[in-house]
Amino acid sequence: MTLVTQPPSTDSPSADASRRGPTRPAEGARVRRRRRRFGRRDYLLFLAFTLPNFVIIGVFAYWPVIYNFYLSLTDWDFIAPSPTFIGFANFIDMFTDRSFLNVLWTTLVFTVCIVAGSIVAGLLLAVLLNQKLAGRGIVRTFIFSPYVLPGAAVATIWLMILHPNFGLSRAIFGAFGAHSPAWMTNSDWALPGLILVYLWRNMGFCTIVYLSAMQSLPIEQYEAASLDGASKIRQFLSLTIPLLSPTTFFLLLIQVIGTFQAFDIIAVMTGGGPAGATTTLSWFIYQEGFKAFDIGHSAAGSVLMFLVLLALTWFQSHFVGRKVHYQ
Amino acid sequence: MTNATTRQVPLRWLNYLLMIVVGAIVVVPLFWLVTSALKPSAEIYRWPLTWIPSRPEWSNFIDAWNAAPFAKFFLNSTIVTVIGAAIKLVLALTTAYAFVFLRFPAKNILFLVMLGALMVPGHVTLLVNYLTVSDLGWINTYAGLIVPGVASVLGTFLLRQYMMTIPKELVEAATMDGAGHLRILLTLIVPLARPTIITVAMIAIIDDWNSFIWPLIVTNTVDMRTLPVGLLYLKDNEGFNNWGAIMAGTTMVAVPILILFFIAQRYVVAGLTQGAVKG
Repeated sequence: MTLVTQPPSTDSPSADASRRGPTRPAEGARVRRRRRRFGRRDYLLFLAFTLPNFVIIGVFAYWPVIYNFYLSLTDWDFIAPSPTFIGFANFIDMFTDRSFLNVLWTTLVFTVCIVAGSIVAGLLLAVLLNQKLAGRGIVRTFIFSPYVLPGAAVATIWLMILHPNFGLSRAIFGAFGAHSPAWMTNSDWALPGLILVYLWRNMGFCTIVYLSAMQSLPIEQYEAASLDGASKIRQFLSLTIPLLSPTTFFLLLIQVIGTFQAFDIIAVMTGGGPAGATTTLSWFIYQEGFKAFDIGHSAAGSVLMFLVLLALTWFQSHFVGRKVHYQ
Repeated sequence: MTNATTRQVPLRWLNYLLMIVVGAIVVVPLFWLVTSALKPSAEIYRWPLTWIPSRPEWSNFIDAWNAAPFAKFFLNSTIVTVIGAAIKLVLALTTAYAFVFLRFPAKNILFLVMLGALMVPGHVTLLVNYLTVSDLGWINTYAGLIVPGVASVLGTFLLRQYMMTIPKELVEAATMDGAGHLRILLTLIVPLARPTIITVAMIAIIDDWNSFIWPLIVTNTVDMRTLPVGLLYLKDNEGFNNWGAIMAGTTMVAVPILILFFIAQRYVVAGLTQGAVKG
């Protein structure tokens, strides 16, 4: 044990920061003297080892947040020599513009459906795949695979499947004697279609996270419940769901953060259309910034996204606590 | 007891049925991708659907290869992925090592500063990073594609977590024997941390290979595009006419990552689920 010992963290990532290991004074002093001799060299090496990472993070993660706040208060088109400061005009513009309120509504529907859908599907599938079934290993592997595919590839695969003339969609609707909707080119069907694709991509991820949380569920409680005559469904409702709630909150946060930034599948499948039907906040930021060259509005959209996600993260860590599931 | 087991039999069959349905939902789209890429174009548009190509052929791949510079896309994606992931891994290793085994004032506060970067959603940084990269003169270059993404907070975090479980005495003994820190890192820590290193490398490779919006923004000529962005180019270029070629292109983008996933599944899943845990 030395003065600088940090016990390996067993609970939360930041809690270890303030703890120190116990020290025997005499040995501690000896070690400290020796340490001092090596101290300066340690400092230099520490800088050499960490500085590149810190520089990149500073330039490409922290600086953008700061400068973005400023840009959101300006009017700029990339061409004028410098941004013009206009105060909160961009925000006032946006929040009084029906089409932007529509963007927020689309983002809300998109996020809620995908997050809730993939969590519910993930939980049910985890319960299914947690039973001793032959071949469940293969299904577990495959169910995760869409999550690692490039979004652009997921998008083209599903464009073809949802094609109303020669896609599987025609066969499926045909089986019920109906015509396939023109999914991505119909403004009523494009958003539900996108949600479907994201559910396909994300549900396996939720399943696997739930499955690994289920491995540490207390068996005794289930045995006790069985002895008391509680049915499987009863056990699921009053044991499994509450015990897994930290995992659920964690998935909720992760999925909202991911879904808010969803871009690649939207870009390839709909490009925010038709007629803005799939323009989410993340597409709006891209569209305003890199297609319309309206930097102020794009930056204002980014600020909004940042604040919403920050608030959510803060909410999670303060009210839900640090009970998130660690492996 | 017998009563209970007989009651369970239909439930068991129901479970298997559900499992098959779920498996099909996941696998059929992938199956459709690969078979469509191998179908003669007449069979793609034929009704009723053709499930298995009558005679698999490669013409779609040739079409895709001719319609867009796929060789260049492949090269670009490979360069960006290999170099990007390698730098990310090295930086994560050195940073984690420094935080665990080297002395520095206010180390823990510095670590929180680093972790704080996880709170910054990538999408929010696009605009300013584009401006920064263009000020650096890096638009449409490999540097522009790679550098902004090489800091790995998550990788650093995972490796630090692991290194904190290595007994300090081990490193101190090596220092006593006169080994430098770089040597300790390479010959002592790296072999011990191998599983975590593979995990971190896998997340980095998948992230870089799949990356879409940053390459889309930071490159502006076809020959600098990476595979996922190239796929968008192929789709827009081919319109909705040559679906065989689009599926062939998609296969080229998707198959390498799928192979990697099936080989290193354990590490990928561990990385992505832990990664997600941490933010």
